[in-house]
Amino acid sequence: MLEGSAKTPKVSFVASEGSLELKGRSIPENSIEFYKPLNDWIDSYGNSPKSITSVDIKLEYFNTSSSKCILDLFKQLEKLNNGDTEVKINWYFEEDDEDMEEAGEDYQAIIDLPFNMIEIEEI
Amino acid sequence: MNNIYDIFQKLDEKNILLSFKGMITPDLLTTILQIMESKLESYDEKPKVKKKVFNVLVECLQNLYHHIDKDIVIENQKTYDKSALLMIARNNGDYQVMTGNYIESGSVEVLKQRLDFVNSLNRDELKSYYKEVLNDGMRSDKGTAGLGMVDIARKSGQKLGYHFLDLGSNLSFFSLTVTIVE
Repeated sequence: MLEGSAKTPKVSFVASEGSLELKGRSIPENSIEFYKPLNDWIDSYGNSPKSITSVDIKLEYFNTSSSKCILDLFKQLEKLNNGDTEVKINWYFEEDDEDMEEAGEDYQAIIDLPFNMIEIEEI
Repeated sequence: MNNIYDIFQKLDEKNILLSFKGMITPDLLTTILQIMESKLESYDEKPKVKKKVFNVLVECLQNLYHHIDKDIVIENQKTYDKSALLMIARNNGDYQVMTGNYIESGSVEVLKQRLDFVNSLNRDELKSYYKEVLNDGMRSDKGTAGLGMVDIARKSGQKLGYHFLDLGSNLSFFSLTVTIVE
């Protein structure tokens, strides 16, 4: 669990439930540093994952520096998928936020995981 | 002190909401973003416009933060302190994010080619180029993704305005104008 800040999202990871949630904004100058613990968590989770792994991405904003880290995270999850766990991505975007909807579609095109696109009023 | 009034008037004429000249630091960036967010809130902009302005601003500021040439030392350039200029204007609901900074003249050609390339792409081409670079697995030694200008162009939906001013002694001044139309 990482608390959110002005530039980083709140991250909740519950290994016992197979759930990961990123919520808020991801605009740090150094995103590699921020995402490193997440990658480590997923790494160790991969040793004994739950049968379903549910990933909720609820981002208002993310910068291009984070975009590669988010892709790396998805690639990490992609590797876990169809092994001992089934990974599902829920990509949330606010009403009329076409940019965030498109960003989800961009990842969906690159990553071989089921994406659920969910429009909500406010993140 | 008339020249302070001159600067004030010029900024006023151009409907500048916020301007900053100085060194770009992460803390400063946080503060500028907070100020702009509350300004956008107070203008009651559509969420879509607010988000685009905010996104473009983040990328422009982080471009400045990551890419300002920190090692250029030029004789008789006393004012040069690794600083950059940022201005945000609002005209009839359209926003302009403007930045200015020194760069080494030797870097001008590469940056110019990059900007021309990004400007040559239409909406769909920008989208597929973005995905291509996103997925190329590479990062600069500064940890940046090489996606800043592409993302700015995508979010703004307009061509990037730019200018290079050659100041001699391998020093140039780079100006960038990004427009977000309501």
